[in-house]
Amino acid sequence: MNVLNFFRSRRSAPVARERLQILLSHERAARGQRGQRDLLALLREEILAAIAKHVTVENDNVQVQMDHGETVSTLEIDIEIPHSAGMLLAAGS
Amino acid sequence: MADTAKVLVVTSGKGGVGKTTSTAALGAALAQAGQKVVVVDFDVGLRNLDLVLGAERRVVFDLINVVQGVAKLSQALIRDKRLETLWLLPASQTRDKDALTEQGVASVIKELRSKFDWVICDSPAGIERGATLAMRFADTAIIVTNPEVSSVRDSDRIIGLLDSKTERAEKGLRIEKHVLITRFDTQRASRGEMLTVEDVLDILSTPLLGIIPESEEVLRASNVGSPVTLCNELSAPARAYTDAARRLMGNQIPMTVPTDRKGLFDRLFGRRAA
Repeated sequence: MNVLNFFRSRRSAPVARERLQILLSHERAARGQRGQRDLLALLREEILAAIAKHVTVENDNVQVQMDHGETVSTLEIDIEIPHSAGMLLAAGS
Repeated sequence: MADTAKVLVVTSGKGGVGKTTSTAALGAALAQAGQKVVVVDFDVGLRNLDLVLGAERRVVFDLINVVQGVAKLSQALIRDKRLETLWLLPASQTRDKDALTEQGVASVIKELRSKFDWVICDSPAGIERGATLAMRFADTAIIVTNPEVSSVRDSDRIIGLLDSKTERAEKGLRIEKHVLITRFDTQRASRGEMLTVEDVLDILSTPLLGIIPESEEVLRASNVGSPVTLCNELSAPARAYTDAARRLMGNQIPMTVPTDRKGLFDRLFGRRAA
């Protein structure tokens, strides 16, 4: 075991912290918990609801990724909108 | 007394994190401060609070007997032999957990409220009926958490239940919640080997009631059937629990992690205190 490995194996707490933050943000979203406990989960739900008002999207075509950083968190929503849905929207507006 | 009685639930989701130890220690610490306290074991079928308090041979009637009207509350309550303001309402070891009904528990809690300053409900592990009944009528919840991933995850789940399944939550009232971190090792946390107190609080977004250090004194106390605050008042976990109890009583106590003082011999030879 070299010196680097020695230090790497010891500092496991930051890994635990990051794994928990990612896991819990998903679990809270799945429980539909509201309030300030998880702003990202709330944003995710409301953004998806807003999109659903205008376009029909399949659940399978929505990829949501949430990451918590030290000072900023990121919410990445990737939605595949079928061409047919896009045209409907253009015709409607 | 009835107006000021507080019902606490000691809960965690995960088993083995220290709910029963904490219930006994906080109950005893409050009683040592002159408060009239009853600790109630909700772990039907797997009761242990009686054993941790050293009252296992004095159990005649239990919570289920009272809920079903077989015994009066006064017949089932066991007074601690060391602290005259500490009482135990044991769980049943033989009945199955479905014997507890919500109305039955409601009426027992109501009666206890009128007789005690503090009613401390020791929840079973898990998120099933026993756990939801234990938290159902609580004003305040103490979420016992080890600085370890599975315990923190389960605490988060329990916080979700407290905010939705308790009577207060259903009435739109706030249920007071506190995290009690147990088995904490300051040195390992400072070396990055264990989640820090800040990590846990940040993840759970819930205020801290106290930090109980990992200590051999906890096992020693349960071996002899004594709450750790009585078994060795000066030990690190006893001081941490006493501070936590004072915070429950509304006192402002600075947050510290007490340490056990080791003798020269122990330090030189790294011998574990037996």
